[in-house]
Amino acid sequence: MTSPLPIDHRSPALTLRLAEEIKSIISQPWNIMEICGGQTHAIMQYGLDQLLPKKIRMIHGPGCPVCVTSLEAIENALTLANQPQVILTSFGDMLRVPGASTDLLTARSHGADIRVVYSPLEAVKIAQANPHKQVVFFAIGFETTVPAIAASIQHARRNCISNYSILPANVLVPPAMEAILDGENRLVNAFLAAGHVCAVMGFHEYLPIAEKYRCPIVVTGFEPVDLMSGILMAVSQLEEDRFEVENAYNRAVTQEGNLAAQALIKEVFEPVERKWRGIGSIPLSGLGLAAKYKDFDAVSRFRLNPTPIPESPLCLAGKVLQGLIDPPECLAFGATCTPANPLGAPMVSSEGACNAYYRYQKGS
Amino acid sequence: MDEISNHLQAFNCPVPLSQHDSILIGHGSGGILTHELIKGLFQKLLGNEFLNAGNDAAVLHAINGENLVVSTDAHIVSPLFFPGGDIGRLAVCGTVNDVAMMGARVEALTASFIIEEGFAVSDLESIVASMADACREAEVKVVAGDTKVTERGKSDGLFISTSGFGWLPSGRQIAGNLAQSGDAVIISGPVGNHGVAIVQARGNLGFTSSVQSDVAPLNGMIAGLLDAVPEVHVLRDPTRGGLATTLVEIARQSGVSIELEESQIPVDQPVRSICEMLGLDPLYMANEGKLILILPNSSADRALETLHAHKYGQGAALIGKVRENSSGKLWLRTPLGTTRVLDMLSAEMLPRIC
Repeated sequence: MTSPLPIDHRSPALTLRLAEEIKSIISQPWNIMEICGGQTHAIMQYGLDQLLPKKIRMIHGPGCPVCVTSLEAIENALTLANQPQVILTSFGDMLRVPGASTDLLTARSHGADIRVVYSPLEAVKIAQANPHKQVVFFAIGFETTVPAIAASIQHARRNCISNYSILPANVLVPPAMEAILDGENRLVNAFLAAGHVCAVMGFHEYLPIAEKYRCPIVVTGFEPVDLMSGILMAVSQLEEDRFEVENAYNRAVTQEGNLAAQALIKEVFEPVERKWRGIGSIPLSGLGLAAKYKDFDAVSRFRLNPTPIPESPLCLAGKVLQGLIDPPECLAFGATCTPANPLGAPMVSSEGACNAYYRYQKGS
Repeated sequence: MDEISNHLQAFNCPVPLSQHDSILIGHGSGGILTHELIKGLFQKLLGNEFLNAGNDAAVLHAINGENLVVSTDAHIVSPLFFPGGDIGRLAVCGTVNDVAMMGARVEALTASFIIEEGFAVSDLESIVASMADACREAEVKVVAGDTKVTERGKSDGLFISTSGFGWLPSGRQIAGNLAQSGDAVIISGPVGNHGVAIVQARGNLGFTSSVQSDVAPLNGMIAGLLDAVPEVHVLRDPTRGGLATTLVEIARQSGVSIELEESQIPVDQPVRSICEMLGLDPLYMANEGKLILILPNSSADRALETLHAHKYGQGAALIGKVRENSSGKLWLRTPLGTTRVLDMLSAEMLPRIC
């Protein structure tokens, strides 16, 4: 048994010292967006926003992978899951995300064979164990989940497992950042870049973005000290009128990233246009299967062809994901939309901005 | 059903149980196979004067002035065997603990078994043996029972439903609505172990750890505690929904708010690490051998001393205070001095993706 703060990156003394330092250098209001839902969750969990000066507004970005998965992709998943010969496999928190008609958890209760896996390689094992079924993996997530998905496809190809396929819905961070910076009402002055995405991809992709939009980007992690260091570095740049890419997460991230993982991604996938829930279509912001691996694409294998679906007018998730409003500004927040009965995806996942607000700040 | 059972019974041969290694529909017929199962397995392992009497019901004897305390619980768990326990131990401890949390002396259990056709008799035997061990430890008797067999595919291996009966000394009042402003909040040991042991036993994580379920009967420890510190206001076991959900329930029932110190809440390191890896929160993971104790602050040290002296209370810790605020909210003070509200668990905990 140990204390809950076993490592240095959670040191209260250090976190508080960094907060003091931020207070001492800030001269004007700044909006800082943390891209990653894991960071949103950590900020809320540790109450870091309570330690920051009022001049800093943290905007919670679109980095919750289940939140940005389009209604069309969820409907595709439901269509597949409802076919008797299909076993649909998925990461757990995707199951409760409401689609246009229902969610996967409800479909499962009606008899669809939907299984939670922790890794896509597990889905391949299920395919091997069920040769008379078609096993589809719902491929969601940012760059972090892609290497394992690519590995699952290569593994299936090498072992001639022909009853395995994926429903491609992966998304990429840099195009989303550009879309946010290109928006008409640009609010974001600086970004905290997602540490785990950068551990895979490095941060060389961010250099032209910082330069083009004169926007500081600081790569950081998920512990209080990581986040406070990242915010301090971002505020320092803003106050000094610098716009560089800096790394506050040296212990996990290098500029070039994990080259083997990147090669694997490049071999199996290629960038495609993708629709983000609440945001819309962004060019080259998703990953589709490369020509060589097209036979693993469930969309063509099952001839899926969903029509575009309008989103609920009551749910302002799109505005939340772009930082245009805070979750409590949505009329549905906490009233018709709660974690037990979510209208929109950011209320579902613990990484979603609405869910994090609801869990940690409701009534405070 | 009875008609069918009688019909089947007419065709059953009196085959000794040992010749079947799996449960047959006939074991639920009420006929010879059922009797063999009862005599050869249930009475052999769980037998006592009440059960062996073979009547339709058992008679418990009240002592003047004591009130009867009753609780019931259905147990389904997958897998049936998990690190630190099995469904049998769980079925005994879960119900014993529910009765004991009222401050009652637990006397008897009843147990109903719903068994899927084809279930391995050897597995049933180890599960019932494990129930017998837990009963011996808790000093309770199974005084009545029932067995039904479903067709293959109509249930999932084995379900066990238990009811518990105990006697509450007159004048003793322990309940979820009695937490008072200024009270101390104590947990009897590290939280989250049972939930994590189950997640891990489901076997698809790709790693193993030393985490074991904490499933244990707590009535002995509670009896000692109430002897030493009778002024207890609330006792409750934080099972499904975990510590946080149970404390929110208590705060709402009592119309108070509760403030926890995050740094004081005991969590074993492997539990913490696995939860972090999977995006789960130990404060919401189930426990099956822990109790939450709320009592006047002036008695907290004495209570901790008593708990520490018992094998199931060695990790007991003072984790928070009841505040005079009728909001029914649970607050957590982080080691950074910041605070956040903890709500009830909304639905099934789903591991997050990265």
